[in-house]
Amino acid sequence: MSTYAQKKGVGAVIWDYLTTVDHKKIAILYLIAGGFFFILGGLEAMVIRIQLAIPDNNFVSAGFYNEVLTMHGTTMIFLAAMPLLFAFMNAIVPLQIGARDVAFPFLNSLGFWLFFFGGVFLNLSWFLGGAPDAGWTSYASLSLASEGHGIDFYALGLQISGAGTLIAGINFLVTIINMRAPGMTYMRMPLFTWTTFVASALILFAFPALTVGLFFMMFDRLFGSNFFDHTMGGNTVIWEHLFWIFGHPEVYILVLPAFGIFSDIISTFSRKRLFGYSSMVFATVLIGFLGFMVWAHHMFTTGLGPIANAIFAVATMAIAVPTGIKIFNWLFTMWGGSIKFTTPMMYAVAFVPSFVAGGVTGVMLAVAAADYQYHDTYFVVAHFHYVIIGGVVLSLLAGTHYYWPKMFGTMLDEFLGKITFWLFLIGFHLTFFIQHFLGLMGMPRRIFTFLPNQGLEIGNLVSTIGAFFMAVAVIVLLWNIVITSVKNVKVGNDPWGDGRTLEWAISSPPPFYNFKQLPLVRGLDAYWIEKMEGKKEMTPAEPLGDIHMPNSSFIPFMISLGLFIAAFGAMYRVDYAWGLPVLVVGMAITLLSMLVRSIKDDHGFHIHKEDLIDDKDKGGKA
Amino acid sequence: MANQQPTTGNPKVDIEYRRKKNAEEMRYQVVTFTLMIFLTLIAFAAVGFGDLSKWFTVPFILLLAVVQVIFQLYYFMHMSHKGHEAPALFLYSGALVGFVTVLAFVTIVWW
Ligand code: HEM
Ligand SMILES: [Cu+2]
Repeated sequence: MSTYAQKKGVGAVIWDYLTTVDHKKIAILYLIAGGFFFILGGLEAMVIRIQLAIPDNNFVSAGFYNEVLTMHGTTMIFLAAMPLLFAFMNAIVPLQIGARDVAFPFLNSLGFWLFFFGGVFLNLSWFLGGAPDAGWTSYASLSLASEGHGIDFYALGLQISGAGTLIAGINFLVTIINMRAPGMTYMRMPLFTWTTFVASALILFAFPALTVGLFFMMFDRLFGSNFFDHTMGGNTVIWEHLFWIFGHPEVYILVLPAFGIFSDIISTFSRKRLFGYSSMVFATVLIGFLGFMVWAHHMFTTGLGPIANAIFAVATMAIAVPTGIKIFNWLFTMWGGSIKFTTPMMYAVAFVPSFVAGGVTGVMLAVAAADYQYHDTYFVVAHFHYVIIGGVVLSLLAGTHYYWPKMFGTMLDEFLGKITFWLFLIGFHLTFFIQHFLGLMGMPRRIFTFLPNQGLEIGNLVSTIGAFFMAVAVIVLLWNIVITSVKNVKVGNDPWGDGRTLEWAISSPPPFYNFKQLPLVRGLDAYWIEKMEGKKEMTPAEPLGDIHMPNSSFIPFMISLGLFIAAFGAMYRVDYAWGLPVLVVGMAITLLSMLVRSIKDDHGFHIHKEDLIDDKDKGGKA
Repeated sequence: MANQQPTTGNPKVDIEYRRKKNAEEMRYQVVTFTLMIFLTLIAFAAVGFGDLSKWFTVPFILLLAVVQVIFQLYYFMHMSHKGHEAPALFLYSGALVGFVTVLAFVTIVWW
């Protein structure tokens, strides 16, 4: 029955993945695509660091540097960090709540393909006349003045992939609200599920602001409107507000799931229930709310006036409170636990102080008056890399090791994992710690070179050396993945031996229907409870019956492809006559695919009870 | 699914109860409907008759609009029923975020 067991041709496998609506396979797609963009963004980072290694360097030109810098930030946030988090959310959250799939499998696949085509579109700019060059924030005055099509690639590409993200967010919300197994109340949900829930709510509310901003940008650049052009009665600051109303929640969209992954890892390997579970949930929700009230801390120097600055400064500092609650809960979870230092746990232990450092500089930046000094210097660069790498990227690496067996059925090598960990951690601190001081010494961010004899040489050189450590760490991780896949030693349900939550109660990887019978959840850390009572598996909550499954579909791919084609049309319409027809054809493909989807009934199929009964060894039983 | 009608073995009890509930519901709907029409008339009156300053009329009409939206949500879209806590939470959060955004745009974006 299980698709994993059958041998298939390459073509069949590719077709399977192009049409899949299975959350576990979509997770793998997100992992591959996000991993690819992560490596691309990493290469761009290496170009930046090589250029800045020595003063007056001319490794790249100023213009190209701007493109590399912009694409590094944009790629890392939108095309690497978010999709990689979606990979783990897709792979794990349905299992953690005891569901057979997400609420809308079709939309899940659509979300992935939109993200993918948006990302490809954005990156094709490299080959088609130059990438965007106005920074990942793409402030309007700068981006409207930018020549060529770079910014159009940015606006259209992010619009498409943003739609995918919004769809994915809504899907997780509905899944978590509606599809929890019997007994899985809200206050029994594992923390990764909770943080996914809150992050999805943030996506729901934050992405529309980005969508509106990008539409204005697109119309200003391609269709002759003047939303941001002050000479025509527009206002460039509107973009900044729209961008940051999205942008600040976005950083919490990234970091909350990271918190969730670490919460699960810390409690698993401390072999203790998470300390202060309900305060953790409370802090997560509170961070979500406050995250919407602070966006103007990115605009202190814009001239909002002292009252607005003061309000946003205080609101920003308030976020440190729920964040602090979380930090202490993690520490108290580890305190007195019988800690097992596996690779994921080492990441978790390193994450706590690294993230605290980023939080402290955050509160420093939140002092509006002081921010006039810090703003647009390397101090800000150091701050956000401490929170994003120290928080999000460490969680992604930890999650890769922790969830790899659940996703692929094999264990990544622990020894190589620890080498990756140490190289990455050392490299990270080498690269970014010193940037605090570069910033305080006055080195502005986003400059393509600096002068000798201003005291900036050593700091920058150290920073570049650190970057190479991180690059080597990633190469070791890739090597680890290759040898693990080649060896292909399969593992059982609970390879870490200390799994607490439902995903560890079923086989690795799970059969395509996940749970043969939905499990009965009797408390927080459902699987742990059963284990403590000497049981090997969950108690089923329902008799064995037919399972309803969705059919695969190629339509999501076609919908996304249509938008991808239409984006080229919209962009080249201003230069060439063929632009308009291409726009029309692209939109027609999308709309016709949607039409087919709505008029053709697709009821899915059933796996019959009889087929499940004799399917013992597939471990589908809850 | 949470909002599917439960099928019970004893239809008699169920139907009696539902009938009563429905009648009650209907009464509320008629009352709110009348109220809403009435509020709309007042809104027109505030603009049409009487020389009220726009500093009164505009907020006043907005207030009436908010009341109508609430009526609409609670009495016609059944938000008063049980099992609508999550939609309510999301509605209010969305309204709050939208409100803060609009507030910022009319106060701290200089034109
Ligand atoms: C205690 C929590 C935090 C506080 C108080 C805080 C505060 C700030 C402030 C005031 C700035 C603006 C600095 C300037 O441009 O002059 C800033 C920038 C930034 N922060 Fe944070 N922050 C916090 C947490 C985070 C987290 C968790 C993330 C991401 C996971 C993050 C990501 C960023 C980014 C990306 C920027 C720079 C954006 C840009 O200009 O390109 N921050 N932070
Ligand atoms: Cu922020």
